[in-house]
Amino acid sequence: MPNMQMNKTPMKEQAPEIRRTNWLEVACGYTPEEAVSEAQRCLNCKNMPCVNGCPVQVRIPEFISHVAKGDFEGAYAVIRETNALPAVCGRVCPQETQCESKCVRGIKGESVGIGRLERFCADYCADKRPAPEKAAPKGKKVAVVGSGPSGLTCAADLAKRGYDVTVFEALHTAGGVLVYGIPEFRLPKSIVSEEVGELEKLGVKIETDVVVGRTETVDELFDEGFEAVFIGSGAGLPRFMGIPGEDGNGVYSANEFLTRINLMKAYRDDYATPIKHHRRVAVVGGGNVAMDAARCAARLGAEKVYIVYRRGEAELPARREEVHHAKEEGIEFCLLTNPTSINTDEKGRVSSVTCVRMELGEPDASGRRRPVAVAGSEFDIEVDAVVIAVGTAPNPLIRMTTEGLETNRHGCIVTEEDGVTTTRSGVYAGGDAVTGAATVILAMGAGRTAARRIDEFLSGGKSAD
Amino acid sequence: MFLIKEKKILNQNTVSMTVEAPRIAAKARPGQFVILRGDEKGERVPLTIAGYDPAAGTVTVIFQAVGASTTKLAELPEGGMLCDIVGPLGRASELDGIKRAAVIGGGLGCAIAYPQAKYLHDIGASVDIVAGFRNMDIIILEEEMKAACDRLTILTDDGSNGRKGLVTDGLKELLDGGAKYDVVIVIGPPIMMKFVCKLTKEYGIPTVVSMNPIMIDGTGMCGGCRVSVGGEMKFACVDGPDFDGHQVDFDELMKRNTMYRDEEQHDCNLLRAAKELEHHA
Repeated sequence: MPNMQMNKTPMKEQAPEIRRTNWLEVACGYTPEEAVSEAQRCLNCKNMPCVNGCPVQVRIPEFISHVAKGDFEGAYAVIRETNALPAVCGRVCPQETQCESKCVRGIKGESVGIGRLERFCADYCADKRPAPEKAAPKGKKVAVVGSGPSGLTCAADLAKRGYDVTVFEALHTAGGVLVYGIPEFRLPKSIVSEEVGELEKLGVKIETDVVVGRTETVDELFDEGFEAVFIGSGAGLPRFMGIPGEDGNGVYSANEFLTRINLMKAYRDDYATPIKHHRRVAVVGGGNVAMDAARCAARLGAEKVYIVYRRGEAELPARREEVHHAKEEGIEFCLLTNPTSINTDEKGRVSSVTCVRMELGEPDASGRRRPVAVAGSEFDIEVDAVVIAVGTAPNPLIRMTTEGLETNRHGCIVTEEDGVTTTRSGVYAGGDAVTGAATVILAMGAGRTAARRIDEFLSGGKSAD
Repeated sequence: MFLIKEKKILNQNTVSMTVEAPRIAAKARPGQFVILRGDEKGERVPLTIAGYDPAAGTVTVIFQAVGASTTKLAELPEGGMLCDIVGPLGRASELDGIKRAAVIGGGLGCAIAYPQAKYLHDIGASVDIVAGFRNMDIIILEEEMKAACDRLTILTDDGSNGRKGLVTDGLKELLDGGAKYDVVIVIGPPIMMKFVCKLTKEYGIPTVVSMNPIMIDGTGMCGGCRVSVGGEMKFACVDGPDFDGHQVDFDELMKRNTMYRDEEQHDCNLLRAAKELEHHA
């Protein structure tokens, strides 16, 4: 008999006033009892609508039924079969728009907490993982460019099929956006390094400090004996707004701000990277990256942190949960507000940001109502830092140095309908480098598809999936 | 980990470090840079490549121990290990086809100007070098520069080497003496580059400058290295580091470079205090 409780089993969280002062994880995870109780809410639907909502098609009802029986290791094994990074996905996937949005329990009441259960299984099994099974070596080398979610997934799937895989990472630590972008309090970095360690156990080689497009070109990788290349170089190029004052001291791209904090650990006294401890910070943008930046600014000790977003609450692209957490932590939302200039003092330091009120007009190409400035509504917000989190574009280094690799006017790599096969034979791509800034799980889905295509390409036939 | 094959103290606080990094050595061209990190908790420090030897698989950087991170880097011994070195980053300087060039270096900028002069000299261009230093004690690469040009002028701010003046004085003298250049290449402190550019603009000579702004990743990701060139925002790491000197907004660059001065000073003082304690222990 399923547990017919209407709402998800709650997950413990650090209290807002406490967590604002530390970098520990906000959500504390389920206990085994809580996990079993939540798993028992699953109706084990025959047609498995939730699985269709998952970009990597985790067999959700199957793993949940293991959890319901208290067989957590069995559950984890099921997840691992299709998901290379369960501990990551359980934390950062937007389940509410994916698997959980299809859950039958969500029609009346709340959906099953699939993400929470996935996270629980991964955490429970963190020190109980069986040694990964290695396939017979195929004797073929594949290069993976970038060690973010798409690259790690592609590498794992290829290694499991017996390919000799080398991952090239430009930064000094593997993980891509999982280490430089997503903050510690949402995704502890130890989890990422454990996942990378699992990959190495599968035989994947990881070479940090190699910038493909500079240190090596894609052509040189082929010359060195790699027979296929997967490009998962992400969308790392930050966009600025093009308003006066963006050169001021105290204006950051979200990438710079987050990288200093997450990758370079600037918030810790034992690391050398400098960071300013700003008093009043405006973060421009309404996505998850903006929420991350705002919550980091608060943890660095800012008295006031604003989210400045040109549309309304309903249009915020960030996950509801992130918005909710940010509000709890005292982040102030200036909605329907758009910066028009950043003002600086005589030393070039940010002193305020001039904004204009917006109202929503007709829907634009994205289907969201277009914000229009209200004439004469300018006002200043006193701040000493502005973080620009209005999006990123794909990194240009690979397209600048790879002949025959077509990109579109946004700089995204052009692919066939499968989303991964590029215009250059033997070169596959996925993740933000193809789609522009999107989610971790979509990138992982692309990494999986690419691994399948690469296998087909190198074995001259259909891939057994 | 990367082996420090050779380390030379050029003067009181200027160090030359030759690092084993075959991949970078094979690819490096004049004008490009590397980012290095001494240890796991160190800062990423961008430094322009001062020399490279593909056969030996080494790259050389020259830097001044000015902040906490460079001071710590400078303490690493020959035979020791660097945690990270990544590169070559940035676009290479466009030097092919140049027939007559003046290469201007200011202080440590000479370490970057020298490979450019050498490259031009090696491809048969006529090269004049004008190098400026604060005083004669910190002159670096004198012999190397001499061997890489037709005429070398070294000036000091205080005249301690017998020739007092700024690099602009040296360049003006050459120009007024009838020297003709296709291009002037300037590398040094922003204020120096600004005034050389002002001079060459009067003479109508195309001028290339090499930017060395604050940056983290060096691959276009952080946007910290943004500079205004011709009113447009450029990233020094992917669009540069070389830019048309007549288009660069140097005042903005100088302001941006002061961003972390307080923090650096603070860290530096801490380091100094720690060292003194060590000394007394």
